[in-house]
Amino acid sequence: MSRIQTTFATLKQQGKTALIPYITAGDPHPKHTVNLMHTLVKNGADMIELGVPFSDPMADGPVIQRASERALVHKVGLTAVLAMVKEFRQTNQTTPIVLMGYANPIEAIGPTVFADRAKAADVDGVITVDYPPEECGEFVKELRARDIAPVFLLSPTTEPKRVELIVNQASGFVYYVSLKGVTGAANLDIVEVSARVASIREQTNLPVGVGFGIRDAATAKATAAIADAVVVGSRMVQEIEASNDDNLLENVAALMKELKTAVDAA
Amino acid sequence: MQLYDMPDARGHFGQFGGTFVAETLVEALDELRVMYEKYRHDPEFLAEYAYDLKHFVGRPSPIYHAKRLSDQIGGAQIFLKREDLNHTGAHKINNTIGQALLAKRMGKPRVIAETGAGQHGVATATIAARLGLECVVYMGSEDVKRQAPNVFRMKLLGATVVPVESGSKTLKDALNEAMRDWVTNVHNTFYIIGTVAGPHPYPMMVRDFQAVIGIEAKEQMMEMAGCQPDAVVACVGGGSNAMGIFYPYIDVPNVRLIGVEAAGHGIETGMHAAPLTANSPVGVLHGNRTYLMQDADGQIIETHSVSAGLDYPGVGPEHAWLKDIKRAEYVAITDDEAMAAFHNLCRTEGIIPALESSHALAHAQKMAKTMSKDQIVLVNLSGRGDKDINTVAKLANITL
Repeated sequence: MSRIQTTFATLKQQGKTALIPYITAGDPHPKHTVNLMHTLVKNGADMIELGVPFSDPMADGPVIQRASERALVHKVGLTAVLAMVKEFRQTNQTTPIVLMGYANPIEAIGPTVFADRAKAADVDGVITVDYPPEECGEFVKELRARDIAPVFLLSPTTEPKRVELIVNQASGFVYYVSLKGVTGAANLDIVEVSARVASIREQTNLPVGVGFGIRDAATAKATAAIADAVVVGSRMVQEIEASNDDNLLENVAALMKELKTAVDAA
Repeated sequence: MQLYDMPDARGHFGQFGGTFVAETLVEALDELRVMYEKYRHDPEFLAEYAYDLKHFVGRPSPIYHAKRLSDQIGGAQIFLKREDLNHTGAHKINNTIGQALLAKRMGKPRVIAETGAGQHGVATATIAARLGLECVVYMGSEDVKRQAPNVFRMKLLGATVVPVESGSKTLKDALNEAMRDWVTNVHNTFYIIGTVAGPHPYPMMVRDFQAVIGIEAKEQMMEMAGCQPDAVVACVGGGSNAMGIFYPYIDVPNVRLIGVEAAGHGIETGMHAAPLTANSPVGVLHGNRTYLMQDADGQIIETHSVSAGLDYPGVGPEHAWLKDIKRAEYVAITDDEAMAAFHNLCRTEGIIPALESSHALAHAQKMAKTMSKDQIVLVNLSGRGDKDINTVAKLANITL
């Protein structure tokens, strides 16, 4: 079993929902990223979504855009991100790492080289925001050949017929984007999300993660009650943005504890 | 003879084009594709479009034989397709009318647009005012500074102009921001893209609406010269005016098609906006696969051109395809060469060209010199230069 499958299987036995924080690699400074990853795990992260900075993050709102810009000041690209994952793995071999980013950094080295390097760094899954399944057949094949999960997003506007197409390509889990809009936009409508997640479950046995719009203990708890995983992105990045070198790890740990308690209480 | 038939059903021009977007936009693009397929051959829709082009834009735009310029160069005869005489001063209006009429038929009360030089923004604001649609235009804050008169024109026309502060604060960032708006407001909003880039069906749809330029030119050249030109020259940023005049000529043999990119300070300096001429690698940006200016990490790099309308790191996917199949050639002209051509046209012909179009003029002059007097170079004069007078004055250290 892959790390992602093991993680979901273990949580299921315990009757728990996964908590998946998102951070942008290299934000606020590349020297913090690996420490931040360990801090996330120590305080309840079941998996980590690690953002690969991109110059033109079209699907992200201002919070994650700024994180990308902070990382790019230090020239943190795909190569640097993979080195960070490798370093993280020196002391953690169990927590799944899912990269999240855009197509062009992958296009720049090609899907085969990317898949080789991701495997060498022990990456578990990859979300590529602007690679819909119709456009990335070869990429998916290369990932699957190396037991790396291609993770796809589903949105409120995704028709059931398309959900089928997507879940057939995906592995690991699927990620339901609970809002129309960019990351960090508005509040989520839990009743609507609940209905959509139920309908997605009719079409796949893959675990369903929910993200976009989860900003506090209350929304995390409500989402945990209906999903297999709760993804917290912009709220996490906001905490990083509001911290300084001295209180960064402490603040992120406190936020994680609060979210973990909420998710476990669901 | 094999007739040109691109793109395929999913918007691919060979390896280029496609639909590289976040899942949240897939449904909106599907809806647009279906509606465009429904109306692109609909007689009533086409009649409404043709009526507006004639009575609102003032088409057909004339072709003008630039005799004094041709004599001065002493080579091929230079003809100008006068898109600068269109209402709003450039070719951009051809496309915004088409898309706005489609928006109306799709029941979308709000249109958004990105703009670089401001010409597409003005053209969108104009048709939005005429059709009573709400209009929001995204513009990089650098461009807002460079193109103050166009910002004011958009506001006069009732549009909201949103300065974009992220990234390089130019056209590509305006496009990012417009995409974000569209993802959020897709239920009531139509995104009017101004160039032959973006996800399918935009490159094809914008080309189709701009093809009126080439369709007219083919007829007018027969009337005026009794033959087709030896070469058609047009500037390329994203490439909409070039696709518009090239497309009807693709299947016409012996007509060279030449796209002119912005070499900025010179290709060798790296400060340019010429992905095709500089042999930039293939990549994915703004919904399509094309040649893209980028670094080794796949980050999009900053571009430079004196003309805001050409200041874009990518190029429409159909141009990438035409380059690969060698049906079109691509060259680049520096800021200085474009400025010289700008001043020359002002003084020899009494026409103030846009800085974008001045790139095409500069290359046409270079070519014409090497050709004989009975040959013809047709230049797409895509816009007028009134919007650029502040830039030109500033370069000459003159305060207006």
